Amino acid sequence: MLSSPLVAIRNLNKSYSRGSQIIQVLSDINLDIREGEFLALMGPSGSGKSTLLNLIAGIDKPDSGSVNIGSIDITTLSETDLAHWRANHVGFIFQFYNLIPVLTAFENVELPLLLTSLSRKERREHAEAALRAVNLEDRMEHYPSQLSGGQQQRVAIARAVVTDPAILVADEPTGDLDKVSATDILELMRRLNYELGKTIIMVTHDPRAAEKARIVKHLEKGIMNEH
Amino acid sequence: MIKIPLSYSFRNLVTRRLTTTLTASGMALVVFVFASVMMLAEGLRKTLITTGSYDNAVVIRKGTVSEVMSGVEKNQALLIETQPEIALGEDGSPLLTKEVVVIISLNKRKDDQPSNVVIRGVGDKSLSLRPQVKLVQGRMPKPGSAEIIAGSSIAQRFKGGGIGETLSFGAREWTVTGIFDAGNTGFSSEIWGDADLLMQAFRRPVYSSMTFKLRDSSEFAELKQRIENDPRLTLELKRETKYYEEQSAMMAKFLRILGISLTIIFSIGAVIGAMITMYAAVAGRTPEIGAMRALGFGRRNILFAFLAEALLLGAIGGCVGLFFASFMQLLTISTLNFQTFSELAFTFTLTGEIAAESLIFSLLMGFAGGVLPAFRAARMNIVDALRSS
Repeated sequence: MLSSPLVAIRNLNKSYSRGSQIIQVLSDINLDIREGEFLALMGPSGSGKSTLLNLIAGIDKPDSGSVNIGSIDITTLSETDLAHWRANHVGFIFQFYNLIPVLTAFENVELPLLLTSLSRKERREHAEAALRAVNLEDRMEHYPSQLSGGQQQRVAIARAVVTDPAILVADEPTGDLDKVSATDILELMRRLNYELGKTIIMVTHDPRAAEKARIVKHLEKGIMNEH
Repeated sequence: MIKIPLSYSFRNLVTRRLTTTLTASGMALVVFVFASVMMLAEGLRKTLITTGSYDNAVVIRKGTVSEVMSGVEKNQALLIETQPEIALGEDGSPLLTKEVVVIISLNKRKDDQPSNVVIRGVGDKSLSLRPQVKLVQGRMPKPGSAEIIAGSSIAQRFKGGGIGETLSFGAREWTVTGIFDAGNTGFSSEIWGDADLLMQAFRRPVYSSMTFKLRDSSEFAELKQRIENDPRLTLELKRETKYYEEQSAMMAKFLRILGISLTIIFSIGAVIGAMITMYAAVAGRTPEIGAMRALGFGRRNILFAFLAEALLLGAIGGCVGLFFASFMQLLTISTLNFQTFSELAFTFTLTGEIAAESLIFSLLMGFAGGVLPAFRAARMNIVDALRSS
């Protein structure tokens, strides 16, 4: 199942300026992630793990270094190309689900498909299949406010996988959930990885979440700790 | 470019029911005022235009705008009467009327306040020249007697204007023997009597105007040139429609300027209201804007989604304002026409053009209120937007 690196990060640096102060968030990060891997990025708050995830997902730009995903160095893409690339290659799972409150579960899942050339019928089929995969086929017409936290995160996962992206990025996916729902979501992610071979990169504080991953990497003060 | 469905924008408006209602109400009010004033100007214009017929020509003194200020000498009238372009009636005489127009003051039934009314001294051809004028009640005045007929609008609104009632003017008592209806035209606001008697009563040696039907409408230009170049005649020839349109021009322009100035001032308030609503909407939806951008929606998609929302808000305001303004058509307004110094009754008239202008105006307000917030939404940094969750 494991093959050549899907994600190859080389000499990645990222800093933020706060007034006159420059804060180095990531320092010389090198990381390979193979296709089908389930990687957990751990570390204390401010260690740069979310920033690293954002750079891999193409929603932030580094100061220097490269992020190769497949054959593309996404740091060289223009904003428009990057948006197009994200739509086709990345699925997002956020801590607070970030569903659109005025759209139903089905419409939320269909949303990324509006950026594809699929017909209305095909979009319906794909969105229904994704909602079935997360066991929410009976909640399709519900609005996010009518769903529990765990159910909302499952809708978010359906939205993340509906375009069949190469990578799933998850930022604290269980951070806002109770213990039972969190276990449920982690199990769902594990299944996506084991059964469907999805490459998952997950940022988490939670050691139990990290246990589900095949590989755990630690970041501390912007430096990758190999242990 | 419109990738985010319109239903997203629409449902967000529905979700914020209260702010949407309040903001749209502000816009509706502005559109209501805008549409009403435009309808008023249009009502005035239409009333005066339909007063005239295209095939009729009016002769007035050169340089005057209305019959009230005009004078046509009797010898000049004789010259005009012999022009070959004038159509002949069934009896073989020219379809022409020499009229005198005088303004008198009458008291209104409602509040006993005086207002100016047009008295028109007419001839035997006056009615056949104006097919829109129909006697609806009573009878025509007997020639040579102090009898008059009143327009329906006069009969309703002025004391002494009803059938069988008497009016006192020109040092005589005049009995109303009939009521005529001229539809939605200026004639409905006039009183008609015998021209010769009225000239005597008011000691007028000259006619105010002459109106005749053209034998062939296309001969108008030629006749106009001949009459206006004749050194014996200091007269001007106009098509009746143009003559009445010019009478409404100043008033309609005044109403339009007033309406546009008022609505521009009001609209600033409505636009600021829409802007505050839309800025609040953007601020409240920052995380979902971040999520949509992360999913691959571009800045332009976000810009269009928020602009669509503001335009929908404007459209709702526009439709509501127009809906209520359309009821103004049920009202009849009477006002003093500055150009004739006389009362004229007319209705608010809603045309397709006014409806379209009102909706465009409301969309422009929506756009003006939404464009800056939409740009703010589109310019958001994805990571910062997501972090605000």
